Amino acid sequence: MGRYFLNRISIMIPTLIAISVLIFMVIQLPPGDYLSNQVAELTAQGEDANPGKIAFLRAEFGFDRPLIERYGLWIGVWPGRNGFSGLLQGNWGWSFEYNKPVEDVLGDSLVLTVLLNFATVLVIYMIAFPIGILSAARQYSVADYSFTLLGYLGLATPNFLLGLILLYYSNLWFGLSIGGLMAPEYTDAPWSWEKAQSVLAHLAIPVLVIGSSGTAAMIRRLRANLLDELQKPYVTTARAKGMAPLHLLLKYPLRMALNPFIADIGDLLPQMVSGSVIVSVVLNLPTVGPILLQALRAQDHYLAGFILLFVAVLTVVGMAISDLLLAVLDPRIRLAGRAAQ
Amino acid sequence: MSDYSDKLPHFVSQAPYDPLGAPSDNTPPTPQWRLVWQKLKRHRLAYISGIFLLLIYASLPFSEVIAPYALEDRNADYLYAPPQAVHLFHEGEFIGPFVYGYKGVANLNLFKWDYQIDTNLVQQLRFFCSGAAYHFWGLWQADFHLVCPARNGTLYLFGTDRLGRDMLSRIIYGTRISLTIGLIGISISFVLALLIGGMAGYFGGWVDNLTLRLIEIIRAMPELPLWMALSAALPVTWSPVAVYAGLTVILGLLDWPGLARAVRAKLMALREEDFATAAVLMGAGPARLVGRHLLPNFMSHLIASATLSIPSMILGETALSFLGLGLRPPVTSWGVLLVEAQNIAAISFYPWIMLPMLPVILVVLAFNFFGDGLRDAADPYS
Repeated sequence: MGRYFLNRISIMIPTLIAISVLIFMVIQLPPGDYLSNQVAELTAQGEDANPGKIAFLRAEFGFDRPLIERYGLWIGVWPGRNGFSGLLQGNWGWSFEYNKPVEDVLGDSLVLTVLLNFATVLVIYMIAFPIGILSAARQYSVADYSFTLLGYLGLATPNFLLGLILLYYSNLWFGLSIGGLMAPEYTDAPWSWEKAQSVLAHLAIPVLVIGSSGTAAMIRRLRANLLDELQKPYVTTARAKGMAPLHLLLKYPLRMALNPFIADIGDLLPQMVSGSVIVSVVLNLPTVGPILLQALRAQDHYLAGFILLFVAVLTVVGMAISDLLLAVLDPRIRLAGRAAQ
Repeated sequence: MSDYSDKLPHFVSQAPYDPLGAPSDNTPPTPQWRLVWQKLKRHRLAYISGIFLLLIYASLPFSEVIAPYALEDRNADYLYAPPQAVHLFHEGEFIGPFVYGYKGVANLNLFKWDYQIDTNLVQQLRFFCSGAAYHFWGLWQADFHLVCPARNGTLYLFGTDRLGRDMLSRIIYGTRISLTIGLIGISISFVLALLIGGMAGYFGGWVDNLTLRLIEIIRAMPELPLWMALSAALPVTWSPVAVYAGLTVILGLLDWPGLARAVRAKLMALREEDFATAAVLMGAGPARLVGRHLLPNFMSHLIASATLSIPSMILGETALSFLGLGLRPPVTSWGVLLVEAQNIAAISFYPWIMLPMLPVILVVLAFNFFGDGLRDAADPYS
């Protein structure tokens, strides 16, 4: 078991390195950089750009160096002016737009992003599990058809619009304040029980919206898997021996059908994180989503790069957790892993 | 042995019986595509969805004719006018399709115009008529429409936007961009998947390993943030057409891993089959073996999977344009239209601004149903 854990975690390292290279290339793609754009803008306005300061900043951030060195600087495997100082050393970079270190710009938003995505996974499980079982156990019933229809609609509606509509109605019916993750009066307040409640109430809509397509996919998967299992001879045998239907369902076929249910969350994660970014922009949630959009528009590339890396790490770690969870639940997987070695 | 055949009531062949001869049934086997088609036709929902999609795609070249107004037609008298319903009977009397006109009332509390339906103003629709002028395919001037508003009347079936432009016409024009982006994007990703997945599956070894790692990495990346970053990299100075092309490439570039994995898995399995060995022994090169012998075996599967990933591209374009990173006006796509629906005020005062959502949902649903049906039908022998 321990071996499987180590193996699975060591796979993550090359993946993360490759992802960081990919992200670095993507953020370097736009022509020019924040500083040169700033200079161009100042010159266009007829102001002096203070070439000395610009040159200092360019040297400070290594804009004058080749691409590979800049990547090394960013990660922290290449010595810069102040020695090794990159992501590995805990220096997340500098946001030009805010004129602050990236960690100060992001602040709580990282925690809230993780919270939002974690809550979404939980809600997907909580909704998809009973509905999936119900629609498989009562195949072709009214409930099955209506949930299938609802699932397809969830898959097809652009979730940012769904968010807007739900937001409007929750404001109309429940008097929930529009936008944000908490009522305005708690924004700068210290954490308290009331603040936590407010966050929970505001979390409901984004979580439902982000989870809508994932839930639909999960229900479909669980239903299909369970239906496959229910046709197998061992179910008939158990039934013939007089086992109570509910007990039978929960004891054998469900456990068999559960595996893909857990494995799938790994596949769904990238999609969910994507969803959380756009939904956050639309609903104005204080997660990394709106900051990313602004950073991309302003070519604030260390900030954008860090956020991209953060969401990628979030998904990669999430996928690893879902694999490990699967290994804990299913001895076949960890044994196969050992046999392969 | 005497011949009874003329005494029997039914026909008996005179030919001598030859047990080793060719079977009398000389009809050629039903081709694969016909089997697929027959199975697809039995799948009602998929069949209807397919026809729906076909109709929409067929209508794309004629958007100008179908839309009652031209794309940029503004009517300053009707800003944010609500949708008009089509009626057939006026005061219990049949007079054919018509709409009731508006009566604009200034709302001094909210500082906006309220348009009320005035049941005295009967405006009959005109069919096959000349209405708003447009440049057909950007080539020549024309003013022929399928439906036009009455003279001096209005026909805003989906209401108007903040500049008094007809929502329905704009949605019809937007269909052109939104639907072709999905199709071109999927073509790019399809070709990439065939090439990369084909190489991995055929050569195996380190090529395969490398490809698998690459696929894993790209699949682990959240799609939308990467799309956002890439489309933010498109220069602002580019013309709308160039941005459109750039966007399709971006959507296509990140979509191939799923398909490539399917190509690879199928190729690996089929490569070991006897018919593949036979082809190699007869001197078929890699290109011929893959293209002529292996690929046709799972092409239908591949097309079905590709169909299922078109919706994500359409939704992707919508999301990117909605965020202001994708297409920009004057290009009109569903996502661009939905930018207007970004604020809560729009939903509460002018809910019809959200209507471009309707075609998005319908088309995405249709692609899902059609793709599901196609996937089932792709294996007609099961």
